Amino acid sequence: MDDPLMLDANAVAGDLAELLGFEVTGASHRCGHCGNVAMMGTLLAWTHGPGLTLRCSICRDIVIRVVRTPARTLVDVSGAAYLEIISR
Amino acid sequence: MAEPLAWQIATVRAIRAETPTVSSFTLELPAWRPHRAGQHYDVRLTAGDGYHAQRSYSIASPPSREGEVDLTIERIADGEVSPYFHDVVEVGDRVEVRGPIGGYFVWEPGLGGPLLLIAGGSGVVPLMAILRERAANGARPSTALLYSSRTFDEVIYREELDALAKRDRELHLLNTLTREQPAGWTGYTRRIDRPMLSDAVGAAGKQPLVYICGPTLLVEAAANGLVELGVPASQVRTERFGPTS
Amino acid sequence: MSDPFVSRGFVGRPHADGNQSGRTPPGQYLTNSFPVLSAGPTPQVPLDSWEFTIEGLVKAPARWSWQEFTALPSRDWTVDISCVTKWTKLDMRWHGVSLDDLLAAVEIDPRARFATAHSYGGYTTNLPITDLINNQAFVAWQYDGAPLEPAHGGPARLVVPHLYFWKSAKWVRGLRLMEEDEPGFWESLGYHNRGDPWREERYSGD
Repeated sequence: MDDPLMLDANAVAGDLAELLGFEVTGASHRCGHCGNVAMMGTLLAWTHGPGLTLRCSICRDIVIRVVRTPARTLVDVSGAAYLEIISR
Repeated sequence: MAEPLAWQIATVRAIRAETPTVSSFTLELPAWRPHRAGQHYDVRLTAGDGYHAQRSYSIASPPSREGEVDLTIERIADGEVSPYFHDVVEVGDRVEVRGPIGGYFVWEPGLGGPLLLIAGGSGVVPLMAILRERAANGARPSTALLYSSRTFDEVIYREELDALAKRDRELHLLNTLTREQPAGWTGYTRRIDRPMLSDAVGAAGKQPLVYICGPTLLVEAAANGLVELGVPASQVRTERFGPTS
Repeated sequence: MSDPFVSRGFVGRPHADGNQSGRTPPGQYLTNSFPVLSAGPTPQVPLDSWEFTIEGLVKAPARWSWQEFTALPSRDWTVDISCVTKWTKLDMRWHGVSLDDLLAAVEIDPRARFATAHSYGGYTTNLPITDLINNQAFVAWQYDGAPLEPAHGGPARLVVPHLYFWKSAKWVRGLRLMEEDEPGFWESLGYHNRGDPWREERYSGD
């Protein structure tokens, strides 16, 4: 499935780090749909839209969505079973 | 990560043409911190009316150079940010940046090898940071770089790559020129395909760590090809550049 | 307090239309291109399995195959389109069938007030039925005289020109008519429930 619009989480790593407060691409997650466990850097990104969509590289289902409005930013992580942040 | 990264204003200290459409920009950073090979900086341009345009550019320089980083940027014809760098920016100009960023597409010597690096066009930039870091370090794992460019003149860092390979028997360069080749060219002359990937895996060594960077379609084709060749997907890291600016 | 940083000599792509032609809604700029925006991979739908369905609060669902659908009475539509990402394109030429003709094929339950458009690939968007009728909406399978490309929503997409373009569901596969409104893909994450560009209804709370 060749989609030249598709990027990966590296392209939005800085914005996500600013939003979520940690380096996202190196952090692990479990896809809520297929159970795949992988670093969030593997998530496929569609950045050209009303919002950002990050999808599982295995099942292509949505893991994270982000919408930025002037007043607030909405982050939907309902597609992730968990995000893993390593303590220092 | 200790604290969230903040935007800082960097100063352009040098501009170096790598190819007719690619230049490296040395940025001096007031709040520099050491990066890892493979990471990038976000760059944000602001117009007078407050409009922003933001892009990510991979760091080309190795972490050993303190206080500054090199970003190698290809001029995309109908882009918004890269033409600004090539057509407007001069030494002494200031640029807003944020970084270093990235926790997945990174390599440090502790990860070892063998290494298989696959690049399409300006996707070679973060892989060059890896090669420069590897060269500066003691241990030199067996490494192959499979690099796809359209023409000879568009091979970024060509002379430096040749020099690195000449003095390092563990570094193997495989180049393919897909559009036009000079007389006497002995490299590949086609898009990356399975036989080429098989050669590259052979040159790198058993069970390589793989880093692929370039346009999305090239990255997809290479990653899928490697998995078909039996390279475990968990050993393959990818960074996709879009078709945009 | 220091002045905000400005990049010397940077203007950027067109992002505001100083010359409001009267046809450009507030906050929009005019474009001659047709930007492609997406939230996921482009679905590949073979025409021999494509279907359009109207179901939900109807006496009986209506279903069309591609052959049947494109044989319906159809016409050209020339309309202005505004995307919430700020571009507006004037006089876009489409060809397709009006929602009035499609809805005439079902007996709508009087309780039905809202519709959710469903697309191949999972996208959804919601609209009051009143925004779909009276020549306000159509399903198009041609753009600019040629078959609608997958990147732009082909084989067929919903087009609702008087609302922001996210309501014009690409790869549409049908409508579900409902009594209660159910926010769709973007409406459930901060975008305005209705999306009227002339009232600049971009985000919920606008």
